[in-house]
Amino acid sequence: MDHTPRTHPVKPWTFDDYINSYIRRAAATGVYDIRGGGAKRRIPHFDDLLFLGSALTRFPFEGAREACDTAVTLGSLNAENPIQLDIPITIAGMSFGALSGPAKEALGRGANLAGTSTTTGDGGMTPEERGHSNKLVYQYLPSRYGMNPDDLRKADAIEIVMGQGAKPGAGGILLGQKVSDRVADMRNLPKGIDQRSGVRHPDCSGADELEIKTLELREITGWKVPIYIKVGGSRPYYDTALAVKGGADVVVIDGMQGGTAASQEVFIEHVGLPTLACIRPAVQALRDLGVYRKVQLVISGGIRTGADVAKALALGADCVSIGTAALIALGDNNPALEAEYNELGTTAGAYDDWHEGQDPAGILTQDPELQSRLDPVLGGRRLANYLRVMTMEAQSIARACGKTSLRSLEPEDLVALTAEAADMAGVPTVGQSWVPGSAKDL
Amino acid sequence: MTVLDLSAIKLRELNATLQGVEPDSHAAFEVRNPQGGHAIAVGLNAPIDVTINGSTGYYCAGMNQLATVRVTGSAGPGVAQNMMSGKVIVDGDASQYAGATSRGGILVIKGNATSRCAIQIKGGDVVVHGDIGHMSAYMAQSGSLVVLGDAGADLGDSIYESHLFVRGSVKSLGADCVEKEMRPEHVEHLSRLLHEAEADAKPEEFRRYGSARTLYHFEVDNAGPY
Repeated sequence: MDHTPRTHPVKPWTFDDYINSYIRRAAATGVYDIRGGGAKRRIPHFDDLLFLGSALTRFPFEGAREACDTAVTLGSLNAENPIQLDIPITIAGMSFGALSGPAKEALGRGANLAGTSTTTGDGGMTPEERGHSNKLVYQYLPSRYGMNPDDLRKADAIEIVMGQGAKPGAGGILLGQKVSDRVADMRNLPKGIDQRSGVRHPDCSGADELEIKTLELREITGWKVPIYIKVGGSRPYYDTALAVKGGADVVVIDGMQGGTAASQEVFIEHVGLPTLACIRPAVQALRDLGVYRKVQLVISGGIRTGADVAKALALGADCVSIGTAALIALGDNNPALEAEYNELGTTAGAYDDWHEGQDPAGILTQDPELQSRLDPVLGGRRLANYLRVMTMEAQSIARACGKTSLRSLEPEDLVALTAEAADMAGVPTVGQSWVPGSAKDL
Repeated sequence: MTVLDLSAIKLRELNATLQGVEPDSHAAFEVRNPQGGHAIAVGLNAPIDVTINGSTGYYCAGMNQLATVRVTGSAGPGVAQNMMSGKVIVDGDASQYAGATSRGGILVIKGNATSRCAIQIKGGDVVVHGDIGHMSAYMAQSGSLVVLGDAGADLGDSIYESHLFVRGSVKSLGADCVEKEMRPEHVEHLSRLLHEAEADAKPEEFRRYGSARTLYHFEVDNAGPY
C-alpha cells in the first residue's frame, strides 16, 4: 500500500452533488426537470431585515391590549364593490387541477374563518370553490381555461395574470397524469394529455391593449368588482407603472420565491427577482404616478410569518398573498407522511414533484383515493389558525413599533442585516444611516 | 327596433341597456355611430338582435351569449373573443385575434381576417369568407375554423382537437398540424357551417387540417417544436 500523504479529496464547488445529479438525470431522460414550488436557493429575503421596535424615540403600544387595526380594502379606485378584508393576508391563485377539490374547499373554509379571500387558478372556477369562499378572486389567465361571463360575474374581483413569480415569461404546464375527466372537461381538452398554457394572452399583447382589455372586463361585469393585474417580479417599477396604465385597481407582484404547480427548474431558480427586491420599486412607481394607496399593492412570494407580513407592509405593500405557506398549513410535506415521501424518492419538506399527481397529503393530486385523505373542514381550521397567528404576530410587531394599524408600518421601522438586503429594501444596514441606492430613486 | 346612438350616450349606458334586456324579450337594437369604439356590445346574455352600423374597435361582442350581433363595417382586434353561444357576423374585415378562445356559437367574417384568427378556440366555430393571416388557430383546442380564401403561415401550430378547413392555399402548417382525410362526417359538418355562414362554397372544395397528436406527450425527440 502506498502511504504517501495525500490532500483530502475535494468536491468542486462548481460541480457539486446536486449539479452532477442534474446532469446525469438530463443525460438519461432528455427532459428538463419539472417541479413545483418556488425558488429554493438562499437569496435575500425578509429574514435579512429587522424591526427597530420602540423605546424613547418611539412610543410603543401595549401588546395584545391596545387596538391594532388589520383591515384592508382592495380595489376602491373604480369598483362599485371593493374587496374588504379583515386581515392583510390573502390566498394566492392556485388552480383546480393542480390542487384537489378538497384542497380548494379547505382554502375557502380557512379564508372565510380568517376573513380573507381566495383566488382561482388556471383551471377555472368550480362550484365548490365559489360555494366555500365568501370572497373569491377570479384569475383571467392566458390559457382562458373554463373562462365564461357567468363565472366572471360570480367573482368578487378579477385578477388579470400577466405573469407569475416562479416563471416570469413562461406559461404553465400540467402533465397528463393530472388531467382527469373533470379537469379535461373544464379545459376543453382531451383527458390525459400534457397541457401547455400559453404565456401570452391570446387577444392582448401589450400595455395599450391591456388597458382596453380591462375596459372590456369592466363592461362585462358592470364595473362592480375590482380589477387586479398580477405580474411576476422582473421589472417591478415599469411593470407596476404599466399595470396602472392598464387600469389596475390593484397591482399584484409575485417574487421568485412564489410557487408554481409545475414549471421547469431552470425557470424557478434562475428567472425573476427576489420578492424583497420587488417592493420598493413598485411602491416608487405608485408614488411617482400619484396613486400610492389609491391603487393597492399586493406582494407575494415566500411569505411565511407575521414578521414577513409586517415587513412587506412596512416597505409599502397594502396586503400580502400566500400560496406555498397555505399548502403547508393544510398538511403539505408533513413529516408524519415521511415513509410515503421516502417511497417517492424524497423526504418531507422537499417533496415538489406535484405534477406527478401522487401527493401523499392529498393536496396536489387528482387521485380520488389520495385526495380523500384531506379533510377540508380540518384543513380549513388549520389554515385559519395559521392566518390568525401571522396576523397576531404582525400586530405585536406593529404595536412594538408604536403603530395602531398594520398599514402604519413604514420603512423607517426597518434596518437590514446585509448590504444586499439594504439595497433591495431601501433601508439602512444595521448601525448605519445611509440607504443604499438613495442617490437614485428607482 | 330600439336605436342606441353612441354619439349621444356613453358606452356604459349602451352595454348596461343591452345586458339588462329580459331573457325572453327577443328585442332588436340598432347601434349608431360606433366610431371604432372598444368593448361595444360585450357580455350580452339574451337572444337579442343587435346591429352595429359602422366599424368597431377592440373586443366587439366579447363573451357573447345567445345574442346575434352584426357589424356592418369592419371589426377591430378580438371580435367575439371567448364567445359562448349565439352568432356574430362581421360584414367587413376583422383584425387580429378574431374569435379568440371562443367556446361556442359562430363567428362569421364576410371579409378577411388577419393574424391569430381563431386562436385557442375551445368549441366555437369561426368562418372567414376571405383570407386569414399567420398563426391562426394557434393551440386551437376544439371547434372549427373554416377559411374560404387562403391561410397564412403556421396554421394550426400546436393544435389540439380543432377542425380546420381551408379552400385556398396554406402558406405553411405549424408544429404538429397536418392535412387529414376528409371523411363524410367532416363534409356534413362543414356543409352545415357553410350554410350557417351564408357562404357560397362547396365542402368538396376544402382540405382538412388537424393535429398529428405527436406533441400530446413530451418526447425528447420532439423537442424542436417545444
